[in-house]
Amino acid sequence: MKILTTNFLTCALRACKSHPNSFPLRFRDAELQQDSSPFNAAFISNILPRIDWSALLTTAAELGFTNLPVEKPAVVDEKVGMELHRILIETHVVEGKLVCGNCGHQYAIHQGTANFLLPGHLGISPTPFVWRTGVADIYA
Amino acid sequence: MSEEPPQLREYLIYFAQIHETFRKAELDSLSQLTGVEIQWKEYSDDSPFAIVHLPNNPSAKALVERSVLTKAVYELWGTGPDYGHLHTTIKSQTPYLWPSCMSRSFKFEIECYNGKRQQSAQREIIESFAYLGLDGAIRMKDPEITFTVLEEFLEKVATPTRIFFGRKVGGGSRALVEKYDLKKRHYIGTTSMDAELALVTANIALVAPGKICFDPFVGTGSFVISCAHFGGLCLGSDIDGRQIRGKNGRSVLSNFQQYGLVGNYLDGFVSDLTNTPVRRTAFIDAIVCDPPYGVREGLKVLGSRDPEKRKEPVIRGGVLRHLQNDYVPPKRPYSFLAMLDDIMQFAADHLVPGGRLCFWMPTANEDFSQLDIPTHPQLQLVSVCVQEFNKWSRRLMTYSRIQGDAQAPPTREREERNRSKKATADELNSFRKKYFEGFRSNGT
Repeated sequence: MKILTTNFLTCALRACKSHPNSFPLRFRDAELQQDSSPFNAAFISNILPRIDWSALLTTAAELGFTNLPVEKPAVVDEKVGMELHRILIETHVVEGKLVCGNCGHQYAIHQGTANFLLPGHLGISPTPFVWRTGVADIYA
Repeated sequence: MSEEPPQLREYLIYFAQIHETFRKAELDSLSQLTGVEIQWKEYSDDSPFAIVHLPNNPSAKALVERSVLTKAVYELWGTGPDYGHLHTTIKSQTPYLWPSCMSRSFKFEIECYNGKRQQSAQREIIESFAYLGLDGAIRMKDPEITFTVLEEFLEKVATPTRIFFGRKVGGGSRALVEKYDLKKRHYIGTTSMDAELALVTANIALVAPGKICFDPFVGTGSFVISCAHFGGLCLGSDIDGRQIRGKNGRSVLSNFQQYGLVGNYLDGFVSDLTNTPVRRTAFIDAIVCDPPYGVREGLKVLGSRDPEKRKEPVIRGGVLRHLQNDYVPPKRPYSFLAMLDDIMQFAADHLVPGGRLCFWMPTANEDFSQLDIPTHPQLQLVSVCVQEFNKWSRRLMTYSRIQGDAQAPPTREREERNRSKKATADELNSFRKKYFEGFRSNGT
């Protein structure tokens, strides 16, 4: 699992989602693996606006990466770009756990794949109703 | 030196005669992606030839470059029901183009749709264009200019009913269908989407370099592979982790490795769309998926059939059961329509403005004319494409996320589709029921 992915994920429990402590999920017993892949500057600049910077700082620090600037850079120079590439794309968590800071539930990461299925006892509620499926004529 | 070219320029699109209802949707999407304006002048699902207006040759080339259902695009010099008319049109309307073709290497091609021409007849046709006065070298390999005669025949009629003549300005991406053929892919499953339609879906979803693509039913990864080909950065999830991880070295990841696309694979994770861990923020550019129809296996989501059960964590051998590695959470049958509702809501919550949702949906043919098209106040229907089978068909539904979050007041609350406590897969999924009944019409 890449560090970039953790920036887009939170606790699967609906009750936790609105709670600030649930994001980012915290790594526990994380076993890291470092890959090398070609640096793509365009991609890093593309992805930057969608990253929650303070969450990234938290996750990065937790895994021992402390070279990131405190504020999200407006323009990515080569130094920051390479560092982001190394952290977001080249770093994988192959085994370990992701823990919700609100409910404490642990999500296991096995062979690089995180499992977010909730156990039966964690109240699973249906999607709230906000709209309905309408009927339309496709030839209209 | 030459006359001014007319403002509107006519081009001939030569389509593959397959998946007809997807062809316009694909080019319209590529028009949006490339910014090349397209005006449809003549189009029919029954013909591989369409006439369009495009700005110029380079933009025509750029427009069709990624198209999976387009064979080629031609600067149209003339058209007619027979060669007499064709030549008259060319002579009266295109002399201003002729000087630019002088002293340049060229070749002629003849494309017959639904018909055939002997070598001698082909030579005769080519020689009838002698009046163009081309004086460049004839080169069969990599000529500077390729002129093409395209003939359209009706079944079992010896002479063509329509003839087009033009200069080839660009080709599509039909070769990708072969490259990504499932027969040559190392890791596939029973429900892998064929390469051609997966690639068309990625085009319709406006996938482009650096865009984030997500398939919440990733399975063996057919859609994310096609998105990655077009440069998308792909995320996938599935309720069944075994599908993602695969075994014996064959997995979603190994498919990306096979095609040299590893850099475009972000991650796969195990989750259920009804309880997704994806953070509620707009960051996804394209959601592409083929949700489980519930035919092969009853459609399931997390939960228990009996809502009274499993309120407490289970302890086995003194350990919390759900923290053990081999724990499998309970699942319950789910209705296909309720799941489509969930997909729509997920898309509204996570797509960037202008981002696209593409999903496949099966229907029995008897329900064809009036069908449920899921709607959502924040998703605008872009296109509906149909692939027909004998007794059923499946549709590719495409929506665009509108700007803004203004929530239109719901006309009526969503139907409670999943209320019955111990509903079976058949009760929840009318398509599955009809499938196993062999699509007999009920009493009509």
